Amino acid sequence: MNTKSKNDVVITGIGLVTSLGVGVGAHEELLNSGAIAPAVNDQLIPPYPLHPMPEIDWNEQIPRRGDQRQMGNWQKLGVYAAGLALDDAGFKEDADACSTMDMIVCGGGGERDSDVDTIIIEESLKRNDKDVLLNEKLRTEVRPTLFLSQLSNLMAGNISIVHKVTGSSRTFMGEEGSGVSSIETAVARIQAGSSTHCLVGGAFVAEREDYLYVIEAVNALETSPARPIWQRDDKRGIVFGSAGVFLILESKEHATARSAKIYATIDGVLGDAGARDEAAFNKRMTRLNTELNASDDADTLVLSGTSGRSQAMQLEKNYLTSHHANSAIRTTSAVFGHTLEAQFPLGLALGAIALKNDVQIAPFAEDLDAPMSKSATKAVVTSVGHHRSEGLATLSKA
Amino acid sequence: MTSPAFTDHMGRPIVVVTGMGVVSSLGEGLEENWNKLSSGISGIHKIERFATNELSTLICGSVDFIGAEANSIVDRTYILAENTTVEALADAEINGEFNGPLFLAAPPAEPDWEDRFELAKELTPEQKEGSVYRKFLDILHDKPKRSFFESSQFGMVSERLADKFGTRGLPVTLSTACASGATAIQLGVEAIQQGRTDRALAVATDGSVNAEQVIRFSLLSALSTQNDPPEKASKPFSKDRDGFVIAEGAATLVLESLEAATARGAKIHGVIQGCGEKADHFHRTRSSPDAAPAMAAIHAALDDAGIKPEDIGYINAHGTSTPENDKMEYLALHNVFGDNLSKIPVSSNKSMIGHTLTAAGAVEAIFSVMTIKTGTLPPTINYDNPDTAIELDVVPNVKREMQVDSILSNSFGFGGQNACLVISASPA
Repeated sequence: MNTKSKNDVVITGIGLVTSLGVGVGAHEELLNSGAIAPAVNDQLIPPYPLHPMPEIDWNEQIPRRGDQRQMGNWQKLGVYAAGLALDDAGFKEDADACSTMDMIVCGGGGERDSDVDTIIIEESLKRNDKDVLLNEKLRTEVRPTLFLSQLSNLMAGNISIVHKVTGSSRTFMGEEGSGVSSIETAVARIQAGSSTHCLVGGAFVAEREDYLYVIEAVNALETSPARPIWQRDDKRGIVFGSAGVFLILESKEHATARSAKIYATIDGVLGDAGARDEAAFNKRMTRLNTELNASDDADTLVLSGTSGRSQAMQLEKNYLTSHHANSAIRTTSAVFGHTLEAQFPLGLALGAIALKNDVQIAPFAEDLDAPMSKSATKAVVTSVGHHRSEGLATLSKA
Repeated sequence: MTSPAFTDHMGRPIVVVTGMGVVSSLGEGLEENWNKLSSGISGIHKIERFATNELSTLICGSVDFIGAEANSIVDRTYILAENTTVEALADAEINGEFNGPLFLAAPPAEPDWEDRFELAKELTPEQKEGSVYRKFLDILHDKPKRSFFESSQFGMVSERLADKFGTRGLPVTLSTACASGATAIQLGVEAIQQGRTDRALAVATDGSVNAEQVIRFSLLSALSTQNDPPEKASKPFSKDRDGFVIAEGAATLVLESLEAATARGAKIHGVIQGCGEKADHFHRTRSSPDAAPAMAAIHAALDDAGIKPEDIGYINAHGTSTPENDKMEYLALHNVFGDNLSKIPVSSNKSMIGHTLTAAGAVEAIFSVMTIKTGTLPPTINYDNPDTAIELDVVPNVKREMQVDSILSNSFGFGGQNACLVISASPA
């Protein structure tokens, strides 16, 4: 790890949309409030509780209707949050900065056309020549724009089109782990001096039957009434939440030269993956913890990214109780739902806001989240994917 | 202190290729692929994997061997990647755990239609109303089916590769559309340059040819419909080109620092001397008509390599055979290389293997390394009716013996993706 230098990586912009609101300001208020009530809804796709998108005026960040029509909610949420991040960092109207800005999106896939798929499945029950049917229906029913709105790299593509971010464009995939590698890669590039400012983040839309069903295929979705998150240890456990989260990461030198506001410094980020037996998991998390020199004291805020899924949750709980017993833990998904690809960036965003504003955040969840005795000067963000991948980031007050 | 012999013009570790593996519609393995490719043989054939009623495109470059029985995109994609990685590691003489990071370019994952049809059989007569995914939720709530979960996990293929080959850390799965293969290599090069590792595995794979993919690209008017004969359809830089031919394939490159490769006495196939990228904000599927982003990516790669346009001896074109790409790519090359362009041969591997999409950038990088190693330029086949607006020496129809030291390999994709590599001969 680099010692402190001009290539220190700082967070200078945050674009944040969650079920609880739009923008950094709304979330600052939220974190400052004494108690946070999650916006959970169990009537949209029963019996599964989820944290849906808030009301969003897309026009604020995606002014052209033509652009909006080319995207589904997943891409729009990402493009919107990216616009907020650019605004927040003071880059929105800076064409030169955007044209040299690197970009890494952590993405899944966009919405399928549920109506078309429903027609095909309904017809398939009446016919034996399913392959012939498939061609007939896809050929006549699928709209070309809907294919593009599904493509993983087209969130980045639309960010380039709408916000003119064109230094480079990469899209990482792979559920929670994509969020970890996006930030890890951006940080490594800035530290190495090959990038000065980078837009990094992603989005997830929870209210999607066309995605929930593949997770329910292993009965991983929590059903109503949802149990407290750290008590979901024997089965199920995931309550998804919608979020769009983008960060502007910048070298300290670049940020200081333009007198940018700095939320926090990213001291280190690491990811890993491997077998999910207890011994192997503990070994990996301990390595990440040690290599990053993650702190554990009353000055440390830990933002847990647990998905809530039973076994993964239990493993993470053991890690937190053994490595962060003296820190203040805040369980992100208890308030915002599990935001999958956006989860790790969300943890960093919340940590950065808390560090900048000296907030003593009220507990998010039962069991592990204890009241804070003072505001934090350091933050640790965890990611333990619902099925694979782990990650850890350490932040400090700028 | 690293010896200057092991660092580049920016003081970074020099990154070399020490292992290569490739599969395409031409066959399995580097030797068969290179022999056929350099002989101008096409791998494009009639679609036999699925029904083609209603389709205007009836041809593809699917890989219908080494596990063609696999039904799902995820399984095929994995099988192709595993195959080329076994070959590349054997070539690099690396046994046991790879012990370096994995950068995987892979297509987006989702369940296949066969699986959805199968699941629909579980529907009961009461489940008539509402969207099919609502119904699937109800079915799977009562009767879980793990295969649906696995086929939709984007991290699945890289995890299987990581487990099998013992790569280190969190594998990166990426998509930059048709530039993905080049991006995977770029990420591996960066990791070595940053000193995060001595070696990296760059894998690019695509087994996604199915009916829905063909229809989707057809709806965007991207595919050739010159179905008969199939091997004549892909004709980059020709006047009557009408689209690309969708294809499958995979490539694996073992990347190492020159220092580490030298220390272990590895054979060195070539150098990844420079990588450049630039995004385009013009349109979701079309490139800026002025070709400025493609030019910027080429310039970035040349600058990163520390060389000038006149140092490039051959260009491995993106050359998709779509009317628009080939015109735009020519404009970009013309603007960057100027009058000198007439002296630089430019050919498109896609005239033989079609467009292997996610895999293309890495497949073509390997062919670029082979071009340098063998002193043979692969041809652009089906060049019978030149587009007179594109004045390029495309190495028409027949390979050419010519020694080159530095190659530019271009990759451009939907979503404004542009990535270019400069590949050079091994240091003496």
